[in-house]
Amino acid sequence: MTATAPRPRLAKTPEDTHPARGPRLPVRLLPLTPAVVLLLLFLAGPIAYCVYIAFTDLQLTGQARASFVGFDNFTRAFGDEAFLNAVWLTLVFTVVSSLIGQNTLGLALAALMQRASKPVRTLTGGIVVTAWVLPEVVAGFLLYAFFRREGTLNAILDWLHLPSQNWLFTLPILAVSFANVWRGTAFSMLVYSAALNEIPQEITEAAEVDGAGGWRRMWHITLPMIRRSIGTNLMLNTLQTLSVFGLIWVMTRGGPGGRSQTLPLFMYEQAFQNSLIGYGTAVALLLLLVGSLFSLVYLRLLRTEV
Amino acid sequence: MAHTLTSRRTTRRLAADAGLLMVAAAFVLPLVWVVLSALDPHAGLRVKTPDGLTLDNFDAILTPEITFTPLLNSMILCGGATLLTVVCAALAAYPLSRFRSRFNRPFLLTILFATSLPITAIMVPVYALFVQVDLIDTTQGTILFFTASQLPFAIWLMKNFMDGVPKELEEAAWTDGASAFQSLIRIVLPLMGPGVAVVTVFCFVMMWGNFFVPFMLLLTPDQMPASVSINDFFGNRGMVAYGQLAAFSLVYSTPVILLYVLIARRLGGGFALGGAVKG
Repeated sequence: MTATAPRPRLAKTPEDTHPARGPRLPVRLLPLTPAVVLLLLFLAGPIAYCVYIAFTDLQLTGQARASFVGFDNFTRAFGDEAFLNAVWLTLVFTVVSSLIGQNTLGLALAALMQRASKPVRTLTGGIVVTAWVLPEVVAGFLLYAFFRREGTLNAILDWLHLPSQNWLFTLPILAVSFANVWRGTAFSMLVYSAALNEIPQEITEAAEVDGAGGWRRMWHITLPMIRRSIGTNLMLNTLQTLSVFGLIWVMTRGGPGGRSQTLPLFMYEQAFQNSLIGYGTAVALLLLLVGSLFSLVYLRLLRTEV
Repeated sequence: MAHTLTSRRTTRRLAADAGLLMVAAAFVLPLVWVVLSALDPHAGLRVKTPDGLTLDNFDAILTPEITFTPLLNSMILCGGATLLTVVCAALAAYPLSRFRSRFNRPFLLTILFATSLPITAIMVPVYALFVQVDLIDTTQGTILFFTASQLPFAIWLMKNFMDGVPKELEEAAWTDGASAFQSLIRIVLPLMGPGVAVVTVFCFVMMWGNFFVPFMLLLTPDQMPASVSINDFFGNRGMVAYGQLAAFSLVYSTPVILLYVLIARRLGGGFALGGAVKG
């Protein structure tokens, strides 16, 4: 992978003492300053502030000063049915759309592409990638139109004489999950295509000559060989899915009745519709913690790989 | 034996083609809807043959208020933030790629860790912070936050591209008395032109499509980029004109699709997969 391009020389080459290179470490690190300042002010800063306000009762209106309330926001969250509902829906959304949907469909597409003819491969790849490149809100609208009562999905079901229904009302969380599959599968497809292309042909051919069928080759040879890509991809899909907001916002606003309200939407509602910044931030902090956890695992995975 | 293997391969190819085409058909439906509806004088929510082709929908939306101002706002926001990101990332990548120090590895690990943090989660505290320091509802504040959120990935990507430029070429310049800064500008960056282009386009595309950041940090309608103003088609205008919505979606999406095609061809499609993230 690109992370380790070959370096021609190692540390103690004569150039290291060349005066024009800026011999002192502080001078060398000077170009890092603008980036570090921005990162500290606008990324690390808000995260630290997030940790702080999560422990206060900060509100948007009618309150001069926020006071420290300890773990109140967190205990409140775990006693709040709407919060637990959001946790559950986030879990459903992540498992259905990312772990199962994007991941499996992406792998299936990549595997099929290995065998398909070139025009079909190009066409399918192009369509799937277009869905991925579209701005989030546009994707949301397209899928909103698709799942609405008057929309395309019901038109197809009618045509097949299958019962149609108001998907965004009866199964909102599944509708937004499928929308996320539509939008996010391209990434997995690209990851797995790259991984499958790296498997030496001789190995699969040898297995084929030995009489291993398609499924057995997949299970015993291909999957073990790309297991690191699988790990990386699952991690990134999960992180991405955890922070989806615009797609769900456009399609359902988290409704009806909170039935597609994942954690980011719950956080937004508490902080802005209910003006409870402190409570909303506590939820954000929990989300950030889950994200950091996944991010650390991802780092470990990558470290063994790089 | 050889014959059966070939025929088996053909069967398998046909099966794979059929499978892919089925998925493609399912994926293409929403895209077909947006294209047909944009051209349909009576567009609804389902895919149907247009009742005659018309450009009226485009005519209706191509006004300063609906399209040009939001697109200009998007340009200013994303253009400004992209420029700032690329400059800061190029500067930051240079010492990380060129000089060895104990500091590099922890810094790069932190950067990599930050690339995958869910930025959505910190938008509420960022909002609260921006209210306090009076950056709320300002384009420059939004640009600065956009830049910071994109920087970890941009630095990571930039550093990897920079590692691919051999050091020997710079050494000649150093011998001639060039400073590290001069060699970065005159030698390293030109040599990694495609890499810089990728970082630029990638940042731009990510921010162009981003909804939540401007949605939270900007309040005045005049300042809204297209990613947020598209919401108005639903909320404030009463009856939804689906044809116009579709036309707007096409106008708004076209730049990023073109830019993506541009870099995807240069890098064979899998450029972001070297070690990082998706948007």
